[in-house]
Amino acid sequence: MSLFINISLNGITNGMIFASLALALVLIFRATRIVNFAQGAMGMMTTFIASSLLSQGVGYWWAFLAVLTIGFVFGALVERVLIRPLRGKSELNPVIVTIGLLIVLEGLAGAIYGNASRGFPAAFSQSGLSVGHTKIAFSQFDVFIFGAVLVLMTATLVLFRATTLGLRMRASAFAGEISRLLGVRVGLFLTLGWALAGVAGSLAGLLVAPTSSFGPYYMDLILVYAFTAAVIGGLESPVGALLGGLITGLCISYVGGYLGPGLQPLGALALLMVALMTRPEGIFARPTARRV
Amino acid sequence: MRDTKHTSMGRGTRAVVTGAMGIALAATVLSACSSTPKAATNTPGVTSNSISIGATVPLTGPAAPGYDEIAPAMNAVFGWVNAHGGVNGRKIHYTYLDDGYNPANTATLTRKLVLQDKIFADVGSLGTPTQAAVQVFLNTQKVPQLFIESGCDCWSNPKYPQSYGWQPPYTVEGKILGAYIKTKFAGKKVGYLTQDDEFGQDFIKGLDQEIPSASVVSRQTYDAATLAGPLSNQVAALKAAGAQVVAMATIPAATALAMLPAAAIGYQPQYVISSVGSDPPTVGPLLSSFTQKGGGTAAQATATAGLLNGVITDSYFAPESEVSNPWVQVEKKLLNDYAPSLYAKYGLDGNTQYGVALAYTFVEALQAAGKNLTRAGFLASMANSGKNFVTPGFVPPSYSNSVHFGFEGAEVIKLSSATSPAVTPTGSWIGGTPVTSVEVTDTGSGPVTKYTGATSTPPKTLVATS
Amino acid sequence: MTLPVTQELSMEKENESWLRRLRLPNQPLARHLIFAFCGAGILFLVTSLLSPFNDYEVGEIALYVVALAGLSLLTGVNGQISLGHGAFMAVGAYTVALLMTHTQLNFLVELVLSIGAAAFLGLLIGIPATRLKGPYLAGMTLLLALALPPIADKWSTTFGGDQGLSTTVPTGPGTINPEEWLAWIQIIGALITLVLLANLLRSRFGRSFRAVRDDEIAASLAGIHVARTKVLAFVISAGCAGLAGAFLGLSTGVVNTGEFPLTLSIQLLAAMVLGGTGSLMGMWWGAVLLVYLPQWSTSLSTHFSLGSGASAYLATIIFGVVLIVVMIAAPTGVQGGFRWMWQHIASLLAGQHATSSSASELSDDAVQSLPTK
Repeated sequence: MSLFINISLNGITNGMIFASLALALVLIFRATRIVNFAQGAMGMMTTFIASSLLSQGVGYWWAFLAVLTIGFVFGALVERVLIRPLRGKSELNPVIVTIGLLIVLEGLAGAIYGNASRGFPAAFSQSGLSVGHTKIAFSQFDVFIFGAVLVLMTATLVLFRATTLGLRMRASAFAGEISRLLGVRVGLFLTLGWALAGVAGSLAGLLVAPTSSFGPYYMDLILVYAFTAAVIGGLESPVGALLGGLITGLCISYVGGYLGPGLQPLGALALLMVALMTRPEGIFARPTARRV
Repeated sequence: MRDTKHTSMGRGTRAVVTGAMGIALAATVLSACSSTPKAATNTPGVTSNSISIGATVPLTGPAAPGYDEIAPAMNAVFGWVNAHGGVNGRKIHYTYLDDGYNPANTATLTRKLVLQDKIFADVGSLGTPTQAAVQVFLNTQKVPQLFIESGCDCWSNPKYPQSYGWQPPYTVEGKILGAYIKTKFAGKKVGYLTQDDEFGQDFIKGLDQEIPSASVVSRQTYDAATLAGPLSNQVAALKAAGAQVVAMATIPAATALAMLPAAAIGYQPQYVISSVGSDPPTVGPLLSSFTQKGGGTAAQATATAGLLNGVITDSYFAPESEVSNPWVQVEKKLLNDYAPSLYAKYGLDGNTQYGVALAYTFVEALQAAGKNLTRAGFLASMANSGKNFVTPGFVPPSYSNSVHFGFEGAEVIKLSSATSPAVTPTGSWIGGTPVTSVEVTDTGSGPVTKYTGATSTPPKTLVATS
Repeated sequence: MTLPVTQELSMEKENESWLRRLRLPNQPLARHLIFAFCGAGILFLVTSLLSPFNDYEVGEIALYVVALAGLSLLTGVNGQISLGHGAFMAVGAYTVALLMTHTQLNFLVELVLSIGAAAFLGLLIGIPATRLKGPYLAGMTLLLALALPPIADKWSTTFGGDQGLSTTVPTGPGTINPEEWLAWIQIIGALITLVLLANLLRSRFGRSFRAVRDDEIAASLAGIHVARTKVLAFVISAGCAGLAGAFLGLSTGVVNTGEFPLTLSIQLLAAMVLGGTGSLMGMWWGAVLLVYLPQWSTSLSTHFSLGSGASAYLATIIFGVVLIVVMIAAPTGVQGGFRWMWQHIASLLAGQHATSSSASELSDDAVQSLPTK
């Protein structure tokens, strides 16, 4: 029984990590209708910068803040330089450009920082919390991950539902021409969407690094599972990203624990296909009317 | 307005970009079509004053960490040899190409090395799936496939006489560590955590020969290709089964990803880890994330030492922490003198040691082959004199007409904070001390026995200059 | 993305007038066969002149052309983004290897069965894919590429594990080099695939593919069965990838899961785009890129004499940068760019510079205002 509890807790922790990156994907999709395949790699790059800062003796929380800011700027830069020229053209182009960015970032990280094994510290203790006499597979750091993701999700929700800023961002994404005619600075809000996603991606990178093999490729699989989580939840819904993340995390934890570790991606694929067959727009997306 | 501006700019730029790409592609194809002229001797890759060898290793990609140090370390030995006149008057030119651990790339690059660059032999290529992909080709072409960096027991196969292993087969390691578990931890519950491929399967084969099956309470695996995070489920299963000893066939990343969640839930079994995944300077940094918020090198070293303290592993040459060992001193000097940037970055760790030892073995083999160098003659002299090669290994290689394995012996060592640490440019890492004498066995069902031969010392002069 | 119907029609007219001057037949099939035979002749001549290793590389280029052509059809012509074609290649490769290991079937039968197995997987994936739009489909195919190879690792006794399953190339005629013979097989496979696909694209199926890509609702109103068209595109594309995978298994000699990492699927899509999305002949450019990319590592690093850390990654960085630059500056890829240049040269030669440049401007604007989803 305790094995089941531990496997479930592991699934929840993994799920929160997927949700953190999934939120970044949702932010970008909601703001610009594009899926950013380089989101994980951007988070990887900013985490490498954090690692450099830490090794220079900068305090953890200062490095944390610095890197979130860098993520903001990085996201904005990518949108202006790489994504803006593609506006109005085929939907394949941003996919390829973000894939190209993914390849470049991984190559740069490998070239600058090298292949050597390295670790990345966690913000809080990774020792399991004690429930009664046993230590469970949930630590202070896991609580922090939980909290950070909840805060991020709430902030995203509030932004989009309750602020004028969010309304303008959604308008810019959905109906760019009309918004421009109404005086909304569409370009600015697209960039802002990417900038905020950059912050979320940096946060995800910092949360994932302590518990994975920190290197140029460590965010690759996380991105794939985060994408699954975001798609299941509906690429437009922050709550969907969180719940999608939890579902994905639990699913692959059970598949890995009970069926075999190599079958985890297959389990995620099965989950994705089932979810998309029943609700092609995702579980939490609002059904869109089709104009014929 | 902005869109049309892009349009007119786009067309001209488009032409330039596509034209440039087309020219670049054509140039690449043309340049690749030229083959480098080679010396006109009967043996490919050999002239009167040089020998060309090649290899395919992962220099990029997820499989690169650690393994990308080996080939440059080999070049340190070859640099020393070449500075002293070469072997039998021949300087060694070693070309290593990046296959990214993808066997399809290995197949192409190996063919390039053999068919176009005309190497004498493929020396020190890495990986089981990658080298299995070119084994048939190399044997058909009668090109020696020497000192494959993998412990698969498939390298000693009479069907493939050109192929030779070097490091102890995983089965041998499994048997030696298994015998230690059987004697030292008799009656305790044992769990396995292994990579679910040839590495893990061969290791288990060895363990199972020694450890009674009733003692094995849990067999957990992980898949290297889909390794995304901690092996928390496997660790939870081992704990639930009550395993007091955990035998691991894990790469360094997986070792850390198992020990971290175990420490998190307060599970502290006796770890018995294959040499593949236990090198402290390689695994240590991965464990340092257990410290909080950085904490600097002191806290890092403490945390790592704490987690690795008491770990049992095996070693087939003197570990880098034995600073007074003559081989260790020679290795450091070679790397410092002939691969200074590599040494400044990594120091002497398990990977650079591996490279130096492998290169030594090749140099010994080259010397034994004599002045009149042919591929067949080289292999014949390896079969004859392999057992006399002087290498950093505790035991001499087992090369003979029937056995194509290198080292089939190792000693069991215990990592302990009480011993002097291994110091590298990245930090100070826990050292190891032997808890058994050197033991030898085979990949079959033979027993694990004590090695009674002599220990080697580094020779004063390594090569004949004429 | 690709050229709209108007521009393709105007180009067809120009091509046809040029061809009429050459007195070539008008039917597409005959035209394609003539080109194919010429191509075969040139390639056979080239392989007999090149060294064995270069023959091997030409063969590899040919096999990637097969995979890329299928992907171009699916993504370029039919508008379905697939990031999972490595999985179909894996199915083709393992099928041919299993058949060669356990049966004594004729080589061509084994190839057909490999194509069939991959096409079957294409059917299984294509059916749910009909309900998915762009990014959702990309995500599903990405997972497919990741999920399929580890299955072979799990059942390693059947699938050979690390040591893989070996393939054997059927013996060639006379004393031909094995590399040259394999290259011929792969070249013939590539040319047959190109002829078949080119004919398909000229037929009503091709028009259905494009119609579904451009506007599903309009296509269905016009009487095209949208779901069936999309599934057909997937099945054909997967079959091509399966054949390419079988050829890859023959090139390598051994099939194991390490040959089908996630990066393969990503590189296939990237190479297809660089070659020219939607074009068939453009795939030769993409295939050249794929074959030479691993070798650029070393030659680039020696030219720039970088430290070993940076140099190994230089090729990857350049590949990514080129991808980005091409997508922003020249999204129709190499083939699209050459086509544009050829158009201008041809119209210059015909002395109709004034009228044709305005015509092509018109069609370029048509490209820019493609409906986006």
